[in-house]
Amino acid sequence: MRLGRSGNLLVDLHIDAPLVGGVLLLCAVGLSVLYSASDHSLEVVAKQAARMALGFTSMIAVAQLSPLRLARWSPIIYAIGMVLLVATAIVGTGRGAHRWLELGPLRFQPSEIMKLAVPLTVAWFLSDKLLPPRLSLVGATLLLVAVPGAFIIEQPDLGTAILVMAAGLLVLFFAGISWRLIGLAIAVCVVCAPIGWYTMHDYQRQRIITLLDPAADPLGAGYHIIQATIAVGSGGWSGKGWLNGTQSHLEFLPERATDFIFAVYCEEFGLLGVLVLLAAYLLVLIRGITIAMNAQDGFSRLIAASLTFTLFVYIFVNMGMVTGQLPVVGVPLPLISYGGTSLVTIMTGLGILMSIQTHRRFIVES
Amino acid sequence: MNFGPRMKTPSRETQLFTRRVLVAAAGMLLLIGVLLARLVYLQLWSHDHYTTLSLENRLRVLPIAPTRGLIYSRDGVLLADNRTSFMLEVVPEKVEDVDQAIGRLRQFIALDDDQVTRFRAELRQRRRFDAIPLKNNLTEQEVAVFSVNRQQFPGFNIAGRLSRYYPLGSQTAALVGYVGRINEAELKSIDPAVYAGTTHIGKEGIEKSYEKVLHGTAGYQQVEVNAEGRVLRVVERSPPGPGRDLHLSLDTRLQAAAIDSLQGRKGAIVALEPASGAVLAFVSNPGFDPNEFVNGISTRLYQSLRDSPDRPLFNRALQGLYPPGSTIKPMMAAGGIETGVRQAGDRVFCPGFFRLPNVLHKYRCWQKAGHGSVDLVRSLAESCDVYYYDLAKDLGIDRMHALLTDFGLGVKTGIDLPGELAGLVPSREWKQRARKQPWYPGETLVNGIGQGFMLTTPLQLAYTASIIANRGQKISPRAVAAIEDPAAGSHEEVEPVHGGTVAITKPEAWTAVVNGMHEVVQGARGTARATAAGAAYQYAGKTGTAQLFGIKQNVTLKNEDIVKHLRDHALFIAFAPLEQPRLAVGIIVENGESGSKAAAPIARALFDVWLRIEGGLDAPG
Repeated sequence: MRLGRSGNLLVDLHIDAPLVGGVLLLCAVGLSVLYSASDHSLEVVAKQAARMALGFTSMIAVAQLSPLRLARWSPIIYAIGMVLLVATAIVGTGRGAHRWLELGPLRFQPSEIMKLAVPLTVAWFLSDKLLPPRLSLVGATLLLVAVPGAFIIEQPDLGTAILVMAAGLLVLFFAGISWRLIGLAIAVCVVCAPIGWYTMHDYQRQRIITLLDPAADPLGAGYHIIQATIAVGSGGWSGKGWLNGTQSHLEFLPERATDFIFAVYCEEFGLLGVLVLLAAYLLVLIRGITIAMNAQDGFSRLIAASLTFTLFVYIFVNMGMVTGQLPVVGVPLPLISYGGTSLVTIMTGLGILMSIQTHRRFIVES
Repeated sequence: MNFGPRMKTPSRETQLFTRRVLVAAAGMLLLIGVLLARLVYLQLWSHDHYTTLSLENRLRVLPIAPTRGLIYSRDGVLLADNRTSFMLEVVPEKVEDVDQAIGRLRQFIALDDDQVTRFRAELRQRRRFDAIPLKNNLTEQEVAVFSVNRQQFPGFNIAGRLSRYYPLGSQTAALVGYVGRINEAELKSIDPAVYAGTTHIGKEGIEKSYEKVLHGTAGYQQVEVNAEGRVLRVVERSPPGPGRDLHLSLDTRLQAAAIDSLQGRKGAIVALEPASGAVLAFVSNPGFDPNEFVNGISTRLYQSLRDSPDRPLFNRALQGLYPPGSTIKPMMAAGGIETGVRQAGDRVFCPGFFRLPNVLHKYRCWQKAGHGSVDLVRSLAESCDVYYYDLAKDLGIDRMHALLTDFGLGVKTGIDLPGELAGLVPSREWKQRARKQPWYPGETLVNGIGQGFMLTTPLQLAYTASIIANRGQKISPRAVAAIEDPAAGSHEEVEPVHGGTVAITKPEAWTAVVNGMHEVVQGARGTARATAAGAAYQYAGKTGTAQLFGIKQNVTLKNEDIVKHLRDHALFIAFAPLEQPRLAVGIIVENGESGSKAAAPIARALFDVWLRIEGGLDAPG
């Protein structure tokens, strides 16, 4: 791989223009909403911009690696991630939850690594197998997904666990797992739901109760949902205007820069703004689907499809949660919410998509 | 179960993958549709509902209390002022350790345990960023000491606010009254919109009766608050409409002279301008300092005022009920002529007592030796009781009741003060109702000299004096002369309230009565002739003595034999000058024993002062 071969910088840097364009658009929206949600704090915006730069660097860097190399490294990353997860369970830090691992000055969530490591590893694992996968393969795959998932649930961080497992299971879905098995799994879930209820943490149960009836506890658990709903609803068709959201600026809205930033967006930009935002996301998502469809090997298309739809899961869970359709599970809005960890993960994932798209020709030629 | 080796078939896998991606994409679009449906529901369908909720969330309306109107006297003296008083407030969130800080503060400012307990109670209820009062009414020295050391007390602040102050204190308390904190009963009766933000309300006197004028209208500021209720900014402000000022007809110089003339004795003095009904002096002695009541009187002080035998909180001028005694004789005399039962020249022989036909009981004249032959003028000048026993017998209780009621006794004068009492003029109907007894003829005689059941207030006495001064023209007493709105620049004079004319239509009745009253002070044998000596003007009066307990037949008691608080009350009504009178007074000196000795000199003193002030007739000396 030599740089400058085509003379086209985009091609040489393995940049996929539509994808990067969509990402930049979303980042721009993200920073402007954040400026409003942080009460005009340029400091917060600058910090987030720095994280975006870091994420962007990571995205470009990963894009330079060929999918083949990524596939080979997958099990190693997975193994490292598992070690760190175990370590976190033992010596982790965090308020009421062991999520963070401190290594010298570095402080990070090993569960973030698994958001990519799990789908990569499952895709690597299934890529040289006969597909649709047989039952034993499905079992092995489920194990690959469930073990880290269980650790993350135990932290407890339901939101991340859902995303990690969704990414892994999506690979299985795209690998062609039979509908019968899917139906069976859903049936098992329905049967096990009551059991799950009793094994849940109180805060998780509370979230589900609150989702069903936020008015029952308007000052406690329902407060988030009620205030977010007011913010969204009062935005109307065209919104209250940038920096004019009262719900957010008057501190009625909790977590308004992070998980609930979509409420700020809805309040200030209205339904019209939401349509624009969804269009930007769809640009990225459709590009991801295209990349997956055009991918030339099993690993590439599995991981591309999984990452693309995981991104959608992110978006849907966050928006569903803010608009009161899903329980509050602590999933940030991709590329918009304040925070560095998931931002870098998402952009790295998009880097993988770019790698798949930009390395196609070389694979054919080899 | 081995179905044999299967070959990897890329095209089949690709087809499968493509189908799955399409299924997932369809699912994705479906979920986006669900999301959009929800957003349309929230943002379009329920938009109005959520807009309302969001507005309610952020806007609070905070009231701004108006500045209370000021009260001035006729001579321009400020009687009720709004002064800045200082209080020490604490914002808990800015104080690290409240208890420790209060402990340190005690080195500089005296705090009693009550104040600290009350503060702690509020501390638990209020929000962390609210200022909570710790001590009210800081002295200037406390303010200074705190200011010097304030850097040691972050979160402690001195706040100034307007507080009602009565510069003349007890001198004007009976008329002006006072304001106090709104209590629960008042809270129910006031308009919450008008009183939002107001802490004090008129409790007594002018402060109460002119509450609406003085209070003004509340202003509002619409503020934006956050979820904690902290005020972030003022969105809109509508300033309060300050209360209007009152100009009383009271003259502080006359008032001071009236208080001085009582020389510390218990009693009441009301002075009116007959032509207008204007209250020029209004005294109830002893008084109390109304300033003590404004921000809550201490329990100990209140108990001492309430339980004092001198009853300083009792408004004698307005609510004190006294038998009018001989002060009703001018009205009786006028009624006698009007009804035709007497002519001015008719004479009655006074042997020192009066007897009803076939009754042994002697109704005694105060002059045991008797007055001899007495006509109307002399009957007033010497206050002959027998003349009025005889007159009362001829008039009868029914006509007496009508007559005295016409002169304003037994009914409220309609003064612009709260809590006025009507007193009592007895009638057959009243006795049947109140005592379940018929009226006895002897009672007519006793009430004919203002004893028995008769009860009047000092204000009513002054009013009757003013009616006689006006020769029957009734003009209700009123304390407020003008209402001024400094903001609007308007000045509205309060018009006299005409209460009609007393039904004494014969001019000779007035002539005789006024002559008789003139003789009282300036006649050779008048009961109060001693007090008129040297007066440069002509005036008229009538003494009265209110017995506090009945003296048995054939027993003579000297006042020295009677304990002070049971001695007779001294009464006097008077007006001056004789023609075009400027001042009418009603005076009562409790346990003053004799109207002529205790009460009449007061009237003279007031006339001297007032006529000099009015620039009319100068009094010598």
